[in-house]
Amino acid sequence: MSQAHRPDSAGRGDIVVSARNLTKKFGDFTAVDAISFQVRAGESFGLLGPNGAGKSTTMRMIGGVSRRTSGELAIMGLDPDRHGPEIRAHLGVVPQQDNLDQELRVRDNLIVYGRYFGLPHSYLRPKADELLEFAQLADKARAKVDALSGGMKRRLTIARSLVNDPRMLLLDEPTTGLDPQARHILWDRLFRLKESGVTLILTTHYMDEAEQLCDRLIVVDKGRIMAEGSPAALIREHSTREVLELRFGSERNAAVAAELGGIGERQEALPDRVLIYADDGEAALEQVSGRGLRPLTSLVRRSSLEDVFLRLTGRSLID
Amino acid sequence: MTEIRRTTNNAAGTAGGLPARDGLRPPLSPLESAARVRRLGSLYVLEHWLRAMRGYGWTVLLTAVGTPLVYLFAMGVGLAALVDANTGAGGVPLGAGRAVPYLVFVAPALLATAAIMVAAEENTYPVMSGFKWRRTYYGPQATPLASRQLVNGHCLGVLCRLLLTCGLYFLFLLLFGAVPEASGWAMIPTAALGGFAFGLPLMAYASGIEDEKGQFALVQRFVVMPLFLFSGTFFPLEAMPPAVRWFGWISPLWHSTELGRVAGYGQVEPAWLTVLRVCYLALLAAAGWLLARRVYARRLGT
Repeated sequence: MSQAHRPDSAGRGDIVVSARNLTKKFGDFTAVDAISFQVRAGESFGLLGPNGAGKSTTMRMIGGVSRRTSGELAIMGLDPDRHGPEIRAHLGVVPQQDNLDQELRVRDNLIVYGRYFGLPHSYLRPKADELLEFAQLADKARAKVDALSGGMKRRLTIARSLVNDPRMLLLDEPTTGLDPQARHILWDRLFRLKESGVTLILTTHYMDEAEQLCDRLIVVDKGRIMAEGSPAALIREHSTREVLELRFGSERNAAVAAELGGIGERQEALPDRVLIYADDGEAALEQVSGRGLRPLTSLVRRSSLEDVFLRLTGRSLID
Repeated sequence: MTEIRRTTNNAAGTAGGLPARDGLRPPLSPLESAARVRRLGSLYVLEHWLRAMRGYGWTVLLTAVGTPLVYLFAMGVGLAALVDANTGAGGVPLGAGRAVPYLVFVAPALLATAAIMVAAEENTYPVMSGFKWRRTYYGPQATPLASRQLVNGHCLGVLCRLLLTCGLYFLFLLLFGAVPEASGWAMIPTAALGGFAFGLPLMAYASGIEDEKGQFALVQRFVVMPLFLFSGTFFPLEAMPPAVRWFGWISPLWHSTELGRVAGYGQVEPAWLTVLRVCYLALLAAAGWLLARRVYARRLGT
């Protein structure tokens, strides 16, 4: 991999983000509460948590656009308080809310944005075409941004974030609000970037997204880190292999849950269903039938990060 | 310019493209890029501003051409005929037995007003649009650009538009024969200065607004219009009752108008007063500029 002409970029495996007791307060409210983590070059790192957990605030501090209240933070070894422009020059940022320039055409959005990195037109013109190809928007180059669908705008925002060929990409809720097909196209593009060695740091409240894209993640709630690890390790550590989901009707779920004692490792009674955590879901279902209980529906599935989150916080990811 | 490198690390194949590895590589390293933006960032904002303006360039041009035509016919020709016929002395008296035709008297004021109008337009809705409606400030926020460069670039853009508007206005004044003195061209920069003296404090105010609930319409109605009417625009400030003349003294429009009159037809005033007017306008502009930079930095964190 040719790094010769990029003396100031990190090699694979180097620590590119290091946070220690990172804290952000807004008045009396503590949005990020003394969190510590590290991200290595080439890694795909996720912040998983519900809305308001402090994910975006953390991302904004990493992105060099919000000052920390206390703690230590280094991006590419640089302090964002003193080297904001240098840090931002290293990054590609995909914000939660699209902020494309609606007054410009699709291709011009890429070129104008690239100019803010001091890049010459002679580089940006062919680069814009290349990125439009990557984002599957080549036929929309001269279209107005307004005419694009939500998924297309998102892809354009991602293309825009790549204009400076960043080695690290910050993605804040990259697929929120997109339909399933658009999400899969986007994941595919992000996966290609990951394969090419770009460090991805993303926030999401979608567990499937975290499972698809993240090598390692932190589960965040109320500004604190609840757990850290790879998706598989987190599931192993905090959940069983399988989950049996039973629905007895919203009136009866809680009452029936009381009769399920001893089946599986533990149970969770939610308003709309009862979850039984067991390594063998089918066997647990047989035990339920054996007790003469007849659920309206039953489903055996593998444990997901949603279960991890539920276990750690007692709450569901999407309220 | 450094040549553009294309890496040929092609192991992963090229279908769909992998821009980060196989694609074009920027000719600048991140640190070089940041250093360049530190120097030239404001110009990139200007470039963006001009590119976006192409979309509504015709409106800008038509306004710049149409406004002087309308005002000059109405005030300079229509109203002037009435005034000149009734003042007896051949127009508006200047003292010492001199007088100038009403058209000549009103011309610098109309040009200075055009600058104020442009400043009022460019420093309200576009600022709100950047922070809220279109969020165009938040794209550049993620780049090496600093928020103060957004302010500076915006000012450069407004300066371009002020010079275009005032320059065209001045050409029309010449066509209407409204500028007797050779030094008349100086009313272009003085009007632009007046535009900044009014526009930059307004920009600072607009950038601090989180929710626009009609404040800009109020500014237009209760600040811009009174400025237009009571800043010695259509009649000398001395014609107003002494109790309300203070309004003219603090009005940036009055000062830029008076500067335009000194340049346009040699209105006589002590040199210190001329200097004082320039200083006052510069001070307003500088205060607004500093304040706007602070608000932008607070809101954008860069």
